[in-house]
Amino acid sequence: MSGSVAAPTAVPAGAARPRRQRPVVLLLRRAGRLGRTRVGLVLVLVLVGTAIFGPFFAPHAPSEFVSLPYAHPSSATLLGTDHIGGDVLSRFLWGGRSVLGLSVAATAIGLVLGAAIGLVAAYSRSILDDVLMRGMDVVLAFPSIVLALVAVATVGPKIWLLVLVVGLTTAPRVARVTRGASVEIVERDFVQAAEAIGESRFKILVGEVLPNITSTLLVEASLRLTYSIGLIAGLSFLGFGLQPPDADWGLMINENRQGLTIQPWGVVLPVLAIALLTIGTSLIGDGLSRAAAGIDRGGIEE
Amino acid sequence: MTATAVSSRVLAAPVFHGIWGFVLRRMLLGLLTLLLVSVVVFAATQALPGDPARAILGRNATPDALKALRTQLHLGQPVTRQYFHWLGGFTRGDLGHSLAARGEPVTTLIGTRVVNSAFLMLFAALVSIPLSIILGAVSARRRDGPFDHATSVLMLALAALPEFVVAIALVVLFGTTVFHWLPAVSLIPPGESPLSHLSVLVLPTTALVLAVTPYIARIMRASMVEVLESDFVEMARLKGMPEQKVVWRHAVPNAIAPAIQVIALNLAYLAGGIVVVEFVFGYPGIGAGFVDAVANRDLPVVQALAILIAAVYVVLNVCADVATILVSPRLRTSLK
Repeated sequence: MSGSVAAPTAVPAGAARPRRQRPVVLLLRRAGRLGRTRVGLVLVLVLVGTAIFGPFFAPHAPSEFVSLPYAHPSSATLLGTDHIGGDVLSRFLWGGRSVLGLSVAATAIGLVLGAAIGLVAAYSRSILDDVLMRGMDVVLAFPSIVLALVAVATVGPKIWLLVLVVGLTTAPRVARVTRGASVEIVERDFVQAAEAIGESRFKILVGEVLPNITSTLLVEASLRLTYSIGLIAGLSFLGFGLQPPDADWGLMINENRQGLTIQPWGVVLPVLAIALLTIGTSLIGDGLSRAAAGIDRGGIEE
Repeated sequence: MTATAVSSRVLAAPVFHGIWGFVLRRMLLGLLTLLLVSVVVFAATQALPGDPARAILGRNATPDALKALRTQLHLGQPVTRQYFHWLGGFTRGDLGHSLAARGEPVTTLIGTRVVNSAFLMLFAALVSIPLSIILGAVSARRRDGPFDHATSVLMLALAALPEFVVAIALVVLFGTTVFHWLPAVSLIPPGESPLSHLSVLVLPTTALVLAVTPYIARIMRASMVEVLESDFVEMARLKGMPEQKVVWRHAVPNAIAPAIQVIALNLAYLAGGIVVVEFVFGYPGIGAGFVDAVANRDLPVVQALAILIAAVYVVLNVCADVATILVSPRLRTSLK
């Protein structure tokens, strides 16, 4: 363990840097060797590819009426039509960007905010620590979906609100993990050395503590992304996300479920996509956390 | 927030030592959390931009309706006064009046829904807790065998899936498209109990069970692995006790203690899970009611249900902490 930690200020910056980055690189390399991480990566790459490049291959515009509602698959509409006669395949190919974009944005907000709160709490060594963490407990006293829905009821179904509120419900969980990981780091010698030479608090937290918890944050990021995708897609499914005629996987499921018995593709396709995407991100997360646990147990040297 | 700081100092007083002190302390903290939760929910009404009454009722509201709503929300009075008035009503069981359903009291609107949801959560708990304990115990017993690996991957996948995806998949598989075994929509005539329509409960219950089982099974497996390696299990085996008895009579009860918190957390999680699951099946419970109220922006109903769900959550967490202390001798003695 000491190999990753010893970065006294006396060591020239050039020598200290590669040492600090190594645990993360090592974590990624170890995780990449696990079968489940690879399966997860393939799933995520396929679905992210579909979401990003799908619109270029869509035969119709997402809001174009091509046939009667719930028409069966034909040569013009490969997977049939939806509840108002739009092309299921085209709407599917257009509908991934929002799910992906919004959940990545929400996860990013949650990570930055949560990491900041966790770091400050761990470093404060005062009543501020209690106050911050108790505040996080209050947010955690609501199931996330309930908090999101209270916000929607107040402000209305706005896209920025969904991203913000999902980010905010993610933050307390990240904050707990960050605080847990950094509480012991802030007591280490190199932090005290940085304090002794009068580094600012911000520099100490970002420059000294943060690099030592990146592995923990990386594992947490993949877990939180899985969870954000589910929450964002779920809120769209409830009708509080993108509004028609926009195409969105969650919204598609809601729109077409009345016609499940007649024409299931409009529901089955987006459900499969969301399922495989979340399974993919969670497999990567599991691979990362297994690799991290192995590193903790087996020491940092390979 | 200073209330927290003060309370944590007060809670360090000698009266709160020992096991009952711990229970008392934990309950007070739960109460404090609930109070803060109520502030957050109340703040939601205050966050409305401009005139809340107009924001709620929309542009076409009649002046009379606006005036009535303003009186009901005690607008125009100081914010703290409004809060305590609202909270006071809440503690007396007066949850306000619905804005959407012709001003009916919220209590009558959500009464039967609470009962329906309670049944759903109860069934989900009754199925998922034993199921996940058994799955976890068997996985630990056959650690790294094919059963363990298969369950681990399956549980990982299930844990990753959002509830609504699981629920829709169940509808497609068993309700509409592949098989036509079970009703896809949970129609319960008003005034009747879900108990007299058991078939409608099957799919919603299954969806909830699939949502919480992976988490409990995972912690149960981890806990069992540890217990199976401990000295007293070794001792029981050396005495020549049959393996079945070692596992189920000695190891499992000891492995459950660390899992209790996760079990309670997941039961609490059911309170959130019912929101989406009830919506998918149109099950007439508080979850579907909550979504309706949000869509209609019926704030008194939204507030009441949000606090109710948070209360279930907080209470279950307190119970979990207390139960964990009561069943773990080591923690119990360390408190004295």
